[in-house]
Amino acid sequence: MKHESIEINAGLLIILTLVVVSIGGLVEIVPLFHIKDTVEEVKGVRPYTPLEQRGRDLYIREGCYACHSQMIRPFRDEMLRYGHYSLAAESKYDHPFQWASKRTGPDIARLGGKYSDEWHTQHLIRPQNVVPESIMPPYPWLLKNELAYGDIENRMKALKMTGVPYSLSEDEYQANVAEHGKEMADKLHIPNARATLEAEANGRNLDGDKSRITEMDAMVAYLQALGTMVDFKQYEQGYFANFR
Amino acid sequence: MANPANKNSKQVETTGHVWDDDLREYSNPLPSWWLWTFYATIVFSVVYWILYPAWPIGKSFTRGIATVTVEENGQMVEKPWNSRTQLIEEMQSSPSAVKQREYIEKVGKASYEEILANPDMMAFARSMAKGYFGDYCAACHGSGGQGNLPYFPNLADDDWLWGGKVDHLQASINNGRKGNMPAFPVQGEAMDDLATYVLSLSGEQVDAAAAERGKKGYAMCMGCHGAEGKGNPMLGAANLTDKAWSVINIPAAGSLEEKKRLIGGVVNKGIQREMPAFASRLKPEEIKMLTVYVHELGGGQ
Ligand code: HEC
Ligand code: HEC
Ligand code: HEC
Repeated sequence: MKHESIEINAGLLIILTLVVVSIGGLVEIVPLFHIKDTVEEVKGVRPYTPLEQRGRDLYIREGCYACHSQMIRPFRDEMLRYGHYSLAAESKYDHPFQWASKRTGPDIARLGGKYSDEWHTQHLIRPQNVVPESIMPPYPWLLKNELAYGDIENRMKALKMTGVPYSLSEDEYQANVAEHGKEMADKLHIPNARATLEAEANGRNLDGDKSRITEMDAMVAYLQALGTMVDFKQYEQGYFANFR
Repeated sequence: MANPANKNSKQVETTGHVWDDDLREYSNPLPSWWLWTFYATIVFSVVYWILYPAWPIGKSFTRGIATVTVEENGQMVEKPWNSRTQLIEEMQSSPSAVKQREYIEKVGKASYEEILANPDMMAFARSMAKGYFGDYCAACHGSGGQGNLPYFPNLADDDWLWGGKVDHLQASINNGRKGNMPAFPVQGEAMDDLATYVLSLSGEQVDAAAAERGKKGYAMCMGCHGAEGKGNPMLGAANLTDKAWSVINIPAAGSLEEKKRLIGGVVNKGIQREMPAFASRLKPEEIKMLTVYVHELGGGQ
């Protein structure tokens, strides 16, 4: 084919351009689905409990990712400030993951346990209540809104289809018992989801109000789970380097 | 129609393509600096593939031949280069890390008395801990440790719920603290009298007769706050006889009524506060430096 016939034929030009560009894309993207050597083998990473999962949905709804990353990079200054760098394995059940790229506020990949539930509640109602110089916007409606969780089973089923090991069958449940212990496996069992969510919200009294299950309960539960699943004391530093 | 090629005095060859009757395209060669830069990037990428992790193969990938020397179990070993081994090397042997570690080890080995008596170690601990405090504590206790009542106590005064000696402070930071006072359903006149009595303990100007009446009600508070109201650092029960308040902000209250209302509030609602534990988040040396820092903030006990 002569070059000229491509140049003067817009349709053909578009098709051939797409072919060339997608070769580049495929070469970069397809191997990512096959390479298993980069996902670390670590213990402890589990799906979110129903309450945490609803909190995560709210995190996305409110667009917190616009100002907060959840990705500690392997640099010395980041390790000193935020803690151990993020592992690929830690977001293997995140759909979509919340790594983000902009840090107007600090990275929150290792937030869990850093503050108390009460601090989070006060901070989200009005950040300046606890950090006078904060420029983070307030989210007072999280405490006012009752949490909608009628569709929690369906949300978990949808995630299950993407490979998150929530359990439906007895076999799947037993696999979770073996992996995460009975207490956690019960929470990850889809038929239990609503009861689990209610028990977790009422048991922890996250937002300081026991009478209602609010969006604040879910958000705080999610924030308190961030970055807490892997016990880094169990691993040598060099171990994670084998996965790069 | 004029021939556009004739308009240009320099006779440059065109590609020979003609669009819309008279549109032609010059066939200039690429500038040589551009061309050589392009070849150089190709050479660069080949070198890069050989040295660093690059090509996917099946479930794995080429790791490259570049190496990083790191210490593992007391021995220096060569590891394939990647961002993580490079980080290990930097944490182990970058000049700032080496310098810092030398001091951190010194502080880690020293006792609190030695650190407090040594201006050099104090200066180091202060500058390091100021950073940790900003990252981990300031969101609650304020950037200067001034606190934020009623939620978070002031650390910059010499009044402590759980004790102000280094051992107490270290325990507070390591294990966290749960401040817990139950609620008491005291109402009306009885509450007013009780609040008056509590205020009298710290020398507020109040009606002596009412305070005397309130003393009876105070019996149920004694188990924690002590017969004289001096508090109990084992329980984190506040000292009610000093002018430093760590839950309710009495000094900021305008009137006596307002002060009584604040006391009534904590008695009726109780207090539940939580300081998170930091033992699993921070290293022992970091906690040590923070302890010294907080000790100094509070004036040192
Ligand atoms: C406009 C940008 C912005 C948005 C949007 C935002 N934040 Fe923030 N956030 C900040 C800034 C700035 C800080 C640091 C000051 C502070 O602590 O308030 C911060 C701090 C925080 C912290 C404390 C982190 C730490 O380690 O000290 C948490 C937790 C947090 N934000 C959660 C959220 C959540 C949850 C949302 C969504 C509901 C959100 N943020 C939305 C800017 C933002
Ligand atoms: C989530 C909020 C929060 C964070 C973060 C926090 N604290 Fe606290 N801290 C508290 C609360 C609340 C108390 C009071 C506990 C009580 O009521 O007895 C407290 C008490 C203390 C005490 C005991 C005070 C006393 O009077 O005995 C010390 C010491 C202390 N904190 C130091 C620190 C240090 C150092 C850090 C950072 C490593 C830190 N705190 C981080 C909330 C926090
Ligand atoms: C079970 C032990 C306990 C009992 C009983 C108790 N308190 Fe307390 N009280 C505490 C503790 C602990 C704190 C500090 C709470 C904290 O730091 O989170 C406190 C704090 C207070 C404060 C706030 C002090 C400040 O510095 O801001 C007042 C006022 C107070 N108590 C009054 C009373 C009165 C009045 C009674 C009796 C009706 C009483 N308390 C009974 C444990 C107790």
